[in-house]
Amino acid sequence: MSAARISPAGRAGQYAALIAYVVFLGFPLLWLLSTAFKNSREIALGGSGLIPSSPTLSNFGDAIDRANLVHAGLNSLQVAVATTVLTVLLALPAAYGLARFKTFLRPVTLGWVLVSQVFPTILVIIPLFLILKQFELIDSLPGLTIVYVVFTMPFCLWMLMGFVANIPRDLEEAAAIDGANRLRILISIVFPLLRPGVVATALFAFISSWNEFLFALVMIQTPEKVTLPLTLSRFVGAEGQVQLGALAAGSLLATIPSLVFFALIQRRLTSGLLSGAVKG
Amino acid sequence: MSSTQLAAPVSVGDPPPERRPRSRRRVKGDAWPLLLPALLPIVIFNVYPLLQGIYLGFTDSRAGLNQVTHFTGLENYRDLMDNELFWSSFRIGMIWALSVTSLQFVAAMGLALLLNENLRLRWLARTLSLVPWAMPPVVVAIMWRLMYDPNSGPVSGASQALGFGQLNLLGNFETALPAVIVVGIWAGMPQTTITLLAGLQGVDETLYEAAAVDGAGAWRRFWNVTLPQLRPVVVAITSLNFIWNINTFDLIYVLTNGGPGGRTMLPMLFAYNEGFRYGHFGVAAAMGNVMVVIIVGLLLFYLRSRLKGTGADR
Repeated sequence: MSAARISPAGRAGQYAALIAYVVFLGFPLLWLLSTAFKNSREIALGGSGLIPSSPTLSNFGDAIDRANLVHAGLNSLQVAVATTVLTVLLALPAAYGLARFKTFLRPVTLGWVLVSQVFPTILVIIPLFLILKQFELIDSLPGLTIVYVVFTMPFCLWMLMGFVANIPRDLEEAAAIDGANRLRILISIVFPLLRPGVVATALFAFISSWNEFLFALVMIQTPEKVTLPLTLSRFVGAEGQVQLGALAAGSLLATIPSLVFFALIQRRLTSGLLSGAVKG
Repeated sequence: MSSTQLAAPVSVGDPPPERRPRSRRRVKGDAWPLLLPALLPIVIFNVYPLLQGIYLGFTDSRAGLNQVTHFTGLENYRDLMDNELFWSSFRIGMIWALSVTSLQFVAAMGLALLLNENLRLRWLARTLSLVPWAMPPVVVAIMWRLMYDPNSGPVSGASQALGFGQLNLLGNFETALPAVIVVGIWAGMPQTTITLLAGLQGVDETLYEAAAVDGAGAWRRFWNVTLPQLRPVVVAITSLNFIWNINTFDLIYVLTNGGPGGRTMLPMLFAYNEGFRYGHFGVAAAMGNVMVVIIVGLLLFYLRSRLKGTGADR
């Protein structure tokens, strides 16, 4: 459409619309940021300025003290790292198998990824709760990790399969002709080429488990085992006017890891989408 | 879970096809050892519980020790039909899912069209449109609670500055649902925008030139060229959005927890309360089954009407 001539008035309209979008999308983020640095007096007085009148860091200290933030952060980190490592270790061989071998499991797996979208989590979560209870994996971080691995897996498989399929088979065949065996081909040809894809998938798995809420809500009961989203949601319940600043500060801290990792993989995530969606 | 939320845009299309598939290379036995470690946990902790969950919807299963579960057939569903709260939550869920999905589509389409133009500031809008994707839903909800806070929030602040007095959008019976719908739209912008933008970039430029030669204005070009070309992408993303939206839980749990007076009690929140607050596992699972039937029914209806539409055009 860029080829067509656009009148100055049309351009102005486009910019007005673009700015409206920027405000709608960006203002709530700025407000969160600003609230995190406002002192409690300013919030209590209903100061609706975007720029804090006397910026303070005390909210961050409050959030860390009162919302059990450090402990919850370590729990979240532990679960997210374990989920990431396990998911990638299990998904990598499987994705290679699905992409390279002809097996009936391929349409079955891909079908499952799509069909499982239709079922609300509530249907899975009750029986899963009962099953994990038998193994005493309720209210335990390893139990939560298992759940996260299972529910992150389908998409990680999907993502990795795409990356495997993008590696030309000719490379592997050439190596085979040179006498390399299967393992050697995997280690010295496939995995190095796959590294960017694996990194993207790993970060995705990390973000998913770092952000997850419903499973944690159902499965974690003791305060020592809460994850970040859980502790933040409880902090909301206990909130008074005074605590809004701390709430904002805590939320901000909890978002930073996801945001940073997302920034790293965003291009890969969206380009994977570009190649897929256009063919629709 | 949020991962499926994050996940799905890519699942809109097929995964990139293999280059030159060679049917000669079929090493059947070899694939199993590679696949089993990944697929076994999915079967044990996802497929099996799901089947059991569907079954639980036909039983009187309850939380607690020593509870004996009986098969009760359709009793849960009869009870749900008589339950006014169920109907109200169902109605709220439909209003929520349909409005969020449609408004999100309109908003995202507008943004995608702008991002497809050569405008300054485009990078900023594009970056901002992706941010909600990376945020924990709990944080999104907290952020909007700050926005809507009657004492210190900017929405109420603006209302006071204009002389309308304090505004408690989330606490008010009439405004709570519209207020959370806005949050739903905000939270779902990334996936929809990026998918539509990808679709736009795939539209053949020459079609626009041809339309321009024929004297079609911008609106006609959009209506007669862009939209029909985008149809598969639009159908896919609106279907997925609808499924995700009707199953929303985290956002509302933190924003309003279903209040005020149940005005934002989405179906999944209702089911969660039945299951984990009152311990009625059977009823909660039955509610899940009802949602599956409704979602599948609506999707079939939607997809059929869309497909018919394409047939009539050509």
